[in-house]
Amino acid sequence: MSASKMWTAYLTVMRKELVRIFRIWAQTILPPVVTTSLYFIVFGTFIGSQLAPIQGLSYIQFIVPGLIMMSIITSSYMNTVSNFYFAKFMRNIDEMLVSPMPDWLVIAGFVSGGVMRGLIVGFFVLLVSLFFSHLAIFNIFILVAAVLMTSVLFSLAGLINGVYAKGFDGISIVPTFVLTPLTYLGGIFYSISQFPEFWQKVSLLNPILYMVNAFRYGFLGVSDVPVWICFSVLVGFTLIFTAIVAFLFKRGMGVKN
Amino acid sequence: MASAVSVSNLKKTYDTGVEALKGITLQVEEGDFFALLGPNGAGKTTLIGILTGLVYKTGGEAEIFGHDTQTDASRAKTYIGLVPQEFNFNIFEKVEDIVVTQAGYYGIPRAQAIKDAEPILKDLGLWEKRREPAQKLSGGMKRRLMIARALIHKPKLLILDEPTAGVDVELRRHMWTFLRKMNAEGTTIILTTHYLEEAEQLCRTVAVINKGEILINETMQNLLERYGEKKLEDIYINLIEGENGQTI
Repeated sequence: MSASKMWTAYLTVMRKELVRIFRIWAQTILPPVVTTSLYFIVFGTFIGSQLAPIQGLSYIQFIVPGLIMMSIITSSYMNTVSNFYFAKFMRNIDEMLVSPMPDWLVIAGFVSGGVMRGLIVGFFVLLVSLFFSHLAIFNIFILVAAVLMTSVLFSLAGLINGVYAKGFDGISIVPTFVLTPLTYLGGIFYSISQFPEFWQKVSLLNPILYMVNAFRYGFLGVSDVPVWICFSVLVGFTLIFTAIVAFLFKRGMGVKN
Repeated sequence: MASAVSVSNLKKTYDTGVEALKGITLQVEEGDFFALLGPNGAGKTTLIGILTGLVYKTGGEAEIFGHDTQTDASRAKTYIGLVPQEFNFNIFEKVEDIVVTQAGYYGIPRAQAIKDAEPILKDLGLWEKRREPAQKLSGGMKRRLMIARALIHKPKLLILDEPTAGVDVELRRHMWTFLRKMNAEGTTIILTTHYLEEAEQLCRTVAVINKGEILINETMQNLLERYGEKKLEDIYINLIEGENGQTI
């Protein structure tokens, strides 16, 4: 397959994803926007107004980047896990598998879909956040890099989950029992500097902490962890997950016999 | 003439231990209309799966127009259009989108694919339904949509895995006419079907597979002549009964 044909195939997958995301916007875009708005209202405005500033920032200012990142993480993950699982379940994954598209292009298509949904949801949540807080951008490059890398990472993670999922339970167990706790404990609502030293060290084992902090640094210029460490963690996990996905596709896990 | 499909000592054993193909060898010549017959579980779908890249072989060789289906899979796949047994399109997508998106996977730009889709959808009686979600189509229309999707990239080899299963007589005859036209225009066709009359009417070459082995592989004319006045159905039943040592 020539480079131009591969590009056309990639654009086709992207278009299909985009059409799907907007066709079922009430499932893909609206819920995270509504949920995050409630966080802004309850935690940011009602409770946050009674809390002391964190790192010189009002509480709502402090949590906005983390809440945007939470919606990006969840949306990217859920897009690939559900999309891949349903394609596998309905067997329309075969449409791609019988085509000359190489495995890496199929992977890129699914991951790009997850990234797109993450970015779309993140954009709408960002718009909503402007009703509650003034946001300045401290470093646009760090901000964009953190968003893109995190959404790629969680799209890959969703794809791994989708490959292994054997039923509808399989696509909800990891988000419910792994992703959600890690996200909530990932420094969205607090700075780990407020913790005793032991719990600070425990918190550093949570990879989501680094993503939230990288993103927060891009917006506010504050982070619990040096930014280069945040990006090192992001790059490391992305490489590991890419290798796993490539291996699973090479083996045809869950889709080929 | 070149071989559209060349299979040599092809083996497939599934992880469960089931030996689906026990070293089969066959050729499908370019331009042929080839019937691949056999009872359920004989290995037909496994063979098709290997040719289309959905199943990994465990031994032997399989080539499409000279390109190995595993080591040169991308090139081999460009030649194939597959109509699988089960409906496997996204029922929430519109008819035209399903066909045009499939073209995109083969690197055909959208504008071109929309143009290419028009005559195919018209030929298959789906043009009026092109803006409808696939879930609103009747069973026969869904079958035709599967064919339209398989043809959008103008494959040289069309593989049809029981394309007329559950289709009424009138529509089946319409599909026969369509497939004959495709074959006359140069498309090599491999057809698996349980309607033996269909194979007899359409195909020039026939292979019967049972328990992962090829029982016969010859031209339809030779086969029918060899068995005198018998119909393909009688020959097939004798063959399978003889092989299985039981009455079907």
